[in-house]
Amino acid sequence: MSNPIYSEHHPRWLRQRLSTYWWLGKWPYVKFILREISSVFVAWFVIYLLLFVRSVAQGEAAFRAFLEFSGHPVMLAVNAVTLLFITFHAITWFAVAPQAIVAHMGTKKVPPFLIAAGHYGAWVVVTAGLFWLLLR
Amino acid sequence: MAKPPKRPIEPLLWLLFSAGGMASAMLMPALVFLFALAFPLGWLPANYESLRVLLLHPVTRLVLFGICMVSLFHWAHRFKYTLYDGLQVQHLNEMINLFCYGGAVVGTIAAGYVLLTL
Amino acid sequence: MADRITMQVTRYRPELESDAAVQEYEVPCPKDWVVLDGLNYVKDQLDGTLSYRWSCRMGVCGSCGMMVNGEPKLTCATFLADYAPGPVKVEPLRNFPVIRDLVVELGDFMRKLVAVKPWIVRKDEKPVSQGEYLQTPDELDEYKQYSMCINCMLCYSACPIYGLDPNFIGPAAIALAQRYNLDSRDEGAAERMEILSQHEGIWGCTFVGECTEVCPKHVDPAGAIQRYKLTAAMDWAKSFVLPKKGAGVREQGAD
Repeated sequence: MSNPIYSEHHPRWLRQRLSTYWWLGKWPYVKFILREISSVFVAWFVIYLLLFVRSVAQGEAAFRAFLEFSGHPVMLAVNAVTLLFITFHAITWFAVAPQAIVAHMGTKKVPPFLIAAGHYGAWVVVTAGLFWLLLR
Repeated sequence: MAKPPKRPIEPLLWLLFSAGGMASAMLMPALVFLFALAFPLGWLPANYESLRVLLLHPVTRLVLFGICMVSLFHWAHRFKYTLYDGLQVQHLNEMINLFCYGGAVVGTIAAGYVLLTL
Repeated sequence: MADRITMQVTRYRPELESDAAVQEYEVPCPKDWVVLDGLNYVKDQLDGTLSYRWSCRMGVCGSCGMMVNGEPKLTCATFLADYAPGPVKVEPLRNFPVIRDLVVELGDFMRKLVAVKPWIVRKDEKPVSQGEYLQTPDELDEYKQYSMCINCMLCYSACPIYGLDPNFIGPAAIALAQRYNLDSRDEGAAERMEILSQHEGIWGCTFVGECTEVCPKHVDPAGAIQRYKLTAAMDWAKSFVLPKKGAGVREQGAD
């Protein structure tokens, strides 16, 4: 941005700096920051997932011990919050998918609700598939 | 004639972020529920033998590696911008980039090591 | 319902003060008055020194954007009675330098707008004798939404990224670039890609989405930006596999 030279006939402009707490200013901004923070829980679950799979590889005793460790109230609390944030991430991700993805069938645009429906449909199929695979 | 974009790394980072976002949105809700809540609390039975066969299969391990990698880069990209925008610490951008993307690289290598040596 | 309302209007008179001050005016509040009517009443009847921009007073010129109770609004399209019993706070559009009272400096946006080349760019112009460029309704539908922008800058006020970094090119500029990128008559996508693919271009956007929420013309600049990120990223990926296929190809694969 140019650096204006202020004079009598070009008086000083007022520039107001955005507060560090701008994101508390209105609910949409708070929702945005919560959405971004959900990425921390995504990273946490990567760690947990690796620990879980490793415990399976180490034998049934190690696996049961890991499940017991995970059943500790603090772990359960952390992971319950993780589930909330990851669900929030999934919902907000699917909500904006139609804005980001514009698909065409021939020359016509696919209506946005179909894009959203496609995502939710895929999520249902994937979730059902995972439940079936892991609960056999 | 098109000149290459001034920051050619941005498209790659964004693609990794998007892949991670999609993978975690699709897969993690179910996995968190089962692995972190239902199994430890005994809400649903954890059949050790079938879990072992499934999770130790090479294809599963490869898929898990992919999920871990893109999810970590999803975190790195999103968290970097959270620090920039939320705390306005953009002047520390070298440190932040190192922490975030460096962390994702380290995490990916660690995930690869864990999954390889199961 | 009250028939008068108090407006708390930001004043900034650089010849008198070094910071903004708030002045209160009590104005009538008929059912059909908009905030702009209140300001015009102030200027005509109460305080002629108040400075602000307005023009068409029907939501098509984009001149009268201001913060009304902390939200960026077109003051000609915002009813005063909605804020009864009041008071209603009127401030200059956020994220822009204030020249005086409610008048903000828009030079930054004007420069960015020119930088994205918001006009049809073609290698060869068809001579007039060969007739018009033809466009199907579906081709028009591709960019029509983005052509609705009235340059009112409400989106820049809502965008925290622009507030934090004035170098960010911003929602309206990118939406207008897309309006031309997606126009079947245009061949300039590659030229626009250079400025858009900088860090202060599309990659600075973190998809807060407020720009789309406040847009009075439903342009959806957030959607335009995310679409362009996908286009640019796909283009980048393709450039490794097919090096000849350069940057800035239109989404439908125009070549």
